[in-house]
Amino acid sequence: MAFRSAVITFPGSNCDRDMAVALEQVSGTAPVRVWHGDAELPDNLDFIALPGGFSYGDYLRSGAMAANSPIMREIVRAADRGVPVLGVCNGFQVLSEARLLPGALMRNASQHFICRTVGLKVENAQSIFTSGYEAGQEIRIPVAHHDGNYFADEETLDRLEGDGRVAFRYTENCNGSRRDIAGVLNKAGNVLGMMPHPERAVDAAHGGTDGLALFEGAMKALAKA
Amino acid sequence: MKIRVLVSLKPGVLDPQGRAVHHALEGLGFEGVDDVRIGRTVELDVADNTSDAALTEMCEKLLANTVIENYKIEKLD
Repeated sequence: MAFRSAVITFPGSNCDRDMAVALEQVSGTAPVRVWHGDAELPDNLDFIALPGGFSYGDYLRSGAMAANSPIMREIVRAADRGVPVLGVCNGFQVLSEARLLPGALMRNASQHFICRTVGLKVENAQSIFTSGYEAGQEIRIPVAHHDGNYFADEETLDRLEGDGRVAFRYTENCNGSRRDIAGVLNKAGNVLGMMPHPERAVDAAHGGTDGLALFEGAMKALAKA
Repeated sequence: MKIRVLVSLKPGVLDPQGRAVHHALEGLGFEGVDDVRIGRTVELDVADNTSDAALTEMCEKLLANTVIENYKIEKLD
C-alpha cells in the first residue's frame, strides 16, 4: 500500500523540498505538497511533515505566525486523530507554538546561529519515529538553527522524562537546551518535534545516513499498525 | 483606544540577549548594572469597545508565549 505523506510549506519554509525528497526516497511515493493557506489536508494521510525554515521571517517568535495559519487547524485535528506528525527545526517551533508539544524554543544560549553535525542519543526507541533505532544508540544528524534552545519548566521536564517523551538528547549541548533535549514527543506519541534535520542525513553524499532509520522505522511501524 | 502590551521573559528563564547586552554595557564602562532583561512592546490601536477579555485573549493566543513570557496590558488613553 502506498505511503501517503504530506509536506506542509509555509511562506519562508526552506527545507520542504529536502523533506519531500527524503520521504519519496524512503517510501517510493512522492508526498503531497500542501500550502499553509490550504483549508484542508488530503484524506487518509499516513504521515505529515512540517519542515525547517523561517516561516513568516520568524516574526514575533519563531513559528508563532505559522502556528496560526489555516492549515494548522487541520493538522491539530489530524494529530488528535493519531496521524503521525513530524516537525523538524522550524517545524518543531511551529508545533510547540501550536501547543501540540510542550515547552518553547528560545534563542540559542550562545546567541549564535549554529550549523553543523551534532551527536544525538536516542532516548526512546519505541515511538513511531524512533523504532528504527536502538535505545541509547548514538547518531549524527545536522542542526542549523538560531532558536533551538529548548525550555520547559522543571515540572514539565520531569513529566516528559518520566513518560519517556524525550526522543533525542544532544550528546553535547550545542544550544543551551534544558536537559540536553533535542526532540520531544506528545503524550500520545504520534507527534515528534526535533531541532536536528534527519532529512539532511539520508544519502551518503550528505556525509551521513543516520536520518534514514527515522523515516524507515516510521514506515515499518505504520505498516504494522 | 491605544493599548500597549509589554511582553517580558518570565523570571528564571535565561535571556541570552539580555546577558549579551549586559556585557556590552559593562564593556562601555557602566558600573552597577546588576541585570538586563529584554522584552517586547506591542502597540495596538483598537476599537474603544474592545473588552479586556478580548485583549487578554490576544495576548494569550498570539502576542505572548505564556510558556516563557509574561505580559502586561496598558491602556494609554
